This record gives sequence, C-alpha cells and structure tokens, in this order.
Amino acid sequence: MGQNQDYFNEMFESGAVRPPYRGLGDWAESMPAELRSLKQSEAEKLFRRIGITFAVYGEGGDPDRLIPFDMFPRVFSAEEWRKLERGIKQRAKALNAFLLDVYGRGEIVKAGLIPQHMVYQNEAYERAVAGFKPPRGVYSHIVGIDLVRTGPDEFFVLEDNCRTPSGVSYMLENREIMMRMFPQLFKENRIAPVEGYPALLKRTLASVAPQKCEGEPTVAILTPGHFNSAYYEHSFLADMMGVELVEGQDLFVEGDFVWMRTTEGPKRVDVIYRRIDDAFIDPLCFRPDSMLGVPGLMNAYRSGGVTIASAPGAGVADDKAIYTFVPEMVRFYLGEEPILKNVPTWQCAREEELKYVLDNLPDLVVKEVHGSGGYGMLVGPRSSKGQIEAFRSKIEETPENYIAQPTLSLSTCPTFVEEGVAPRHVDLRPYCLVGERIELVPGGLTRVALTDGSLVVNSSQGGGVKDTWVMAE
Amino acid sequence: MTLLSRHAENLFWIGRYVERAETNARLLEVGQRNALIPTIGGGYRNEWIPILKASGTKDAFMDKYGDIRQRNVESHIFFDTDNASSVASCFFRARENGRIVRTSLTSQTWDALNTAHQEMLALKRTERSAFEESDLIDWTLRHAALIRGAIEDTQLRIDSYDMLNIGLYLERADSTARLLDVKYFVLLPQVDLVGSGLDNYQWRTVLRALSAHRAFNWAYGGEVTPGKIADFLILNSKAPRSLITCAEEVCNHLDRLARAYGRTTEAQTQARRIVARMTEITVDDIFDEGLHEFLTRFIDEIGALATLITSTYLSGETR
Repeated sequence: MGQNQDYFNEMFESGAVRPPYRGLGDWAESMPAELRSLKQSEAEKLFRRIGITFAVYGEGGDPDRLIPFDMFPRVFSAEEWRKLERGIKQRAKALNAFLLDVYGRGEIVKAGLIPQHMVYQNEAYERAVAGFKPPRGVYSHIVGIDLVRTGPDEFFVLEDNCRTPSGVSYMLENREIMMRMFPQLFKENRIAPVEGYPALLKRTLASVAPQKCEGEPTVAILTPGHFNSAYYEHSFLADMMGVELVEGQDLFVEGDFVWMRTTEGPKRVDVIYRRIDDAFIDPLCFRPDSMLGVPGLMNAYRSGGVTIASAPGAGVADDKAIYTFVPEMVRFYLGEEPILKNVPTWQCAREEELKYVLDNLPDLVVKEVHGSGGYGMLVGPRSSKGQIEAFRSKIEETPENYIAQPTLSLSTCPTFVEEGVAPRHVDLRPYCLVGERIELVPGGLTRVALTDGSLVVNSSQGGGVKDTWVMAE
Repeated sequence: MTLLSRHAENLFWIGRYVERAETNARLLEVGQRNALIPTIGGGYRNEWIPILKASGTKDAFMDKYGDIRQRNVESHIFFDTDNASSVASCFFRARENGRIVRTSLTSQTWDALNTAHQEMLALKRTERSAFEESDLIDWTLRHAALIRGAIEDTQLRIDSYDMLNIGLYLERADSTARLLDVKYFVLLPQVDLVGSGLDNYQWRTVLRALSAHRAFNWAYGGEVTPGKIADFLILNSKAPRSLITCAEEVCNHLDRLARAYGRTTEAQTQARRIVARMTEITVDDIFDEGLHEFLTRFIDEIGALATLITSTYLSGETR
C-alpha cells in the first residue's frame, strides 16, 4: 500500500497503522483478487436489485446508473467522532438560531456582525415567512455539513446544507451491503450502527408537528416525482419511515389544513418533509408555473395547520456568502468557541484581504462569489504564470466579485483500485437532525475521488461512495 | 397504512398492462395459426385485419406501415413502442408504474417487472432471424406468468394487492370478450360458414390462444360447437379466463376493499350486478340476444365499471 507524504493518510501515520484501521489492512491484503472482483460484482448486483441508482440532470446517458461503491471502509475512532459530533451539533444549533433570528428581530444584524444587505437582500431570504415562528423555532431539520480532513485533528467545514441535503440513503445502503457481504468484519470490529436513522428522522419530524395537530402526527415526504434524480432516496426514506411519499397533485389545502387524496378519502397531513425547492412548493406564493407544489400550502403553513421541513427560507443560512459568518454565529448565539473550523476565506472586497490574495495567488483557490460548478475559478497551484496574471487583472477590476481560500490537502483513505489498494481523497457528509432534540447517528456519507490524484468527489465526475464506520466505545 | 389514490392507480395499471401484454401475444398466436390455412376471400393479408382490429390499433398500423404483412404486424404488436399497447410498451409501462410505487411492491414483484422490461430491451437489440415468432409469444406468456406469480406469492393481502388484481381481471375480461368477438363477428361474418370445417378450426385456434384447448376437451369433450365454446369462455366459472371468472374476481377484490374500508360504493354494486346476470343466463339466452350483441354489451359494462372504480378509488375525489 502506497503512502503519500503530501496528504494526511487516514490509515497510516509515520509508517504505522492508525488504531481505527487495525485489522482492515490484513483484511484487504489477504483478500485474493478473484474474491475481490466477485464481491465487487456482488455488491453491484445488490445495488441494482435494490434499485439504488442515480441520474444526473442534463447529463443524459443511462438513467439507471450506479454510483461506484468502494468496499474499503472509511473509519473514525470513538474519540475522533465524539469531537466531530459535538462540532456538528453545535453548528446545526447555531445555524437554526441564526434563521430564527433573521426572520425575527435580526439581533445579529443589529449587532453589526453580519452586514444587513447580505441577509435581507439575499436571494434565499424568504420575505413570505418573515415574522413567522415555526414549531420549536426550528427551520432546518436536517442539516448536512460537508467536512474535509487535513490532519489527525484538522477538520474543516466546506459548506452547510440547510435545505434538503441528499445522500443519506447511500449511508444506510452502503452499510447494509457491507454487512451482508462481510459479516466477519462486523464481528471482529465494534462498529456503531447507523440503521436507527429513519426512526430518528421520523421522531424528529413528528416532534415539530403544528399545535393544531391532534393525536399521532401524520408525516409525508413530498417529492417532485419519479423523474427526479433523487427519487430513489425519497421512496427509500418513505419506506423505511413507514410514511407516504406524495407528489404535489396528491395534496390539497382546505380549511387551513393540508390533505392527501387516498383511496379512503382525504387524510390530513401534519408534517411535510419536502424534497423540492422553496420556489416550487406553492404556485400561489412563489413560482406560478410550478406544477410540483400545492396551491395554498404556504397559507396553511403560516396559519399553523402544517409544518414544512425544512422551513421555507432556511436556505439563507447555507449561502456561500453567509458561510464565512457561521463561526461568528456560534459565538453570538451559543457563547461558545466553534469546534469545527471554516476554511479560511479572504473577501477580496476588503482592502487588506485583497492585498493578501493578490500577493499569494499561486497558493490560493479564487472563486467568484456567485459562481458555481467550478466556473470562473482559479486554482493557483495548478495554473501557469500567464493564467495567474490574467486572473489577477480580473480580480483588480471587480474585487467584490471574488473570494479566496487556501488549497486544501484533503485526507486520503485506502481504496480498492485496479492494481490493489491505493490512497484516494475523501470527504464526509454527516446528517444532523434537529427537532425537539439534536441527534446525529454515528456515521455519514463518505465520498471518494476514484481517479488518482483527483480532489473531485462529486458522483457526476468520477466520484464514488464508501461505508463510513465509527468505532463503538 | 393508507394508499394514495395516485398509487392505487399505478397498481391498477400494472395489472392492466401485464395482462394486456399477454393478450397481444395471444392475438399474434391466433393470427399466426389462421395464416397457416388457406383463406377465403381477400388473400392472406386479410387474416391480419381482425387481429389489428381486436388490438384496437388498425388505423395507427395503416398510418405507419401501410402494408399488412405478417412481419409488420408482428413488429407492430410485439416491439413497436409507437404502439401504446405493444408487448414492449406494456412491459415498459408496467415497470414505470412499478417504479413509482416501488415501496408497495415486494422485491420479487419488482424483480419480475424489471426483468421483463430489461429482457425486452435485449430482445430488441437481437437480430430478428435469431428467434422464432413463437418464441416471442412463449417469452411474453412466461414473463406475464412470472409477474403474476410474484404478486400472488409475495404481496401482502392488503388494498394494494386488490388494486393490482382488479386491474388484471378487468383487463382480462375485456380481452377475452374481444378475442371471442374477433372470432365470431369479425373473422367469420358469413352465416353459411358457421359450423363448417373452417369454422371449427378457427374456434380451436381461439381456444389454443387462450391456453384452453386441452382444458376444453377435459370439460366438454367431443365436438367443438359454438355453444360449448361460448359456455366455456363466458359462463364456466372453472375456466380461468372466462368472462364470469374475471367478473367474479373483480367483484371479490372490490368486496375485500369494501370490507377493509368499511364502505360500499357504486363500484361494488355495478360489479355484483354484472356477476348476478352472468350467473342467471344460459348459452341459449346469449345466442338469442346474438353473441356479438352480448359481447358488445359486456365490454361496455366492464368499461363502465372501470370508470366507476377510477372515480371512486383512483381519483381522490371520494369524500
């Protein structure tokens, strides 16, 4: 197994196997090549049979494509996870406090910690819910926090997902498949289970039922439909939670309540876990051309007839520009020091930061504030002198359009490749649940860049997934 | 657990599409056998017109192919996805409906639906000369049987199971009636040929197409007469594809729904009315009315029942 000195290898440290990975080295090395390819095709067959496939919008090709699954698990020790868990919960709590604040009194803005226009002129700020307090004051009920690791104790948050983070079905299915294929590994190692997630999610959603709800709350998942690339996940979660999977056409609003059309007549819905964007949920309130939503849903929501999770407007907390202020939020609302670090970000709009950026361009990644998908971006260490100079003049022209970050050395995890086992870069998305309590199952989705040297873990660009283990205490 | 009206509709259509795929394969079989004997009248091509009429796609066929040749008809009925009721279209739609209600299906049922569709895609890529037409018919019947078997053996006996079956038996009632009608009205309009050798050959073909050839011999024996066949395919509740069996099954599944939901609707009333009349009449009554007239009326009644089921259970309008 190779060891790359430039990056933190999660399995090896100064030539020795790190404790959480003990046992896995032998397991991988002693697996004959034939058995490995047999297991790999078995895994693929299982994924296909379950129907867990994935389609990327606009990419064409096979709509039933599988995300490559790597059998080498990614492991955290109990101690490492304890710290991560505290950090993730802290962040989820602060993000929700921020949302409650900016749709209420706006204290953080009044205190001058975040510029007013960045909040209230933000595209994701939803005027329609200003002044409305959702049940338990929770806006983002499922917070997906994307993390990367650069050293034994170095974790950075890349971004927060406060709306509808996807991928949790992979966390659950990856574990299912590993347990089915390698039961011995689970006997030899004490691995904390993740299978409680659907039950926790259901409990979380039930705990934010509106006041007008009588008895056991009825929860439903609202999907844009079976053409959506994440439809598998929607139906998987509905199945695991034992709730209905509805489309806009299945729901209607009458007398301040939301009803679903069933074979036995209308049935009231108390909590809607929506997997469609704000703009589409109610054509009367937002986009009039939306066929996906439910006319009148926002009225029912604002009059307390139904809870929508995540709450409309939650997106203002996971905006790129707001991201830089999350550590401030933790201090302001919780009076604590942030446990998880942000990637240091320089705002070119600020003069002294701009100077630093221009002085250090070869070492930095520079992004457009409103750009996405890697467009209009400079990766300093991989660019020629000419490219850097060309970009320099663009920044000088409109500095407020740019932010800069250091190039991160993403950690690697051993991964099965053609020639055996080799280190590949990984990231992590845990799913934090916020309702009556804040909960986190021990695990998450590990994405891996399968191409040698690549730092891109996106499934649309050659990324795969791994089972993520947290060792039990 | 509640069943969304939209999902009930998907289940209902899975049942219908699977049965429709089978009916089309059976129609092809009738056409093939009829094409093997000398024709009276307009030459060989004539044999396929009733088949196209029975599948309800004659006009669409003429627009696309223009020329009634066996191979074209086979392409049209088996592979052509432009034809909404081709075997390929039916299996594709059954699977699409299944994908939407994936959580209401067992993995065996889903597997069976998925496999039929995937194998069809592989068949479409294969050289046509690599297989016989009769292979295609057998292939279709086998997959329809696998899907029904999975439904029967693995689905929970709850409302979703009833919806699948209501779709299946309504479609089967409709298609048996149409097959009979093809034989009696479309295929052989000249009264003087009734009872001739050709007539008997065609009747036997219909039986064969309904996989009821041997069963008929067991049940009735001896001469094939229109009376016996009509009795067998319409009024004999032992025959799995007879009209009365289909009507009884629809009625039975509707009754189960009524018990589960604690509410009887117009749909049950209509279904019981159909069964009651079928139980009372005799073959003589049918021939007195005219077989074609009787079948036309039956198809209309089944259509009306389907409409009632849709408005009662599938539209979500029930209060």
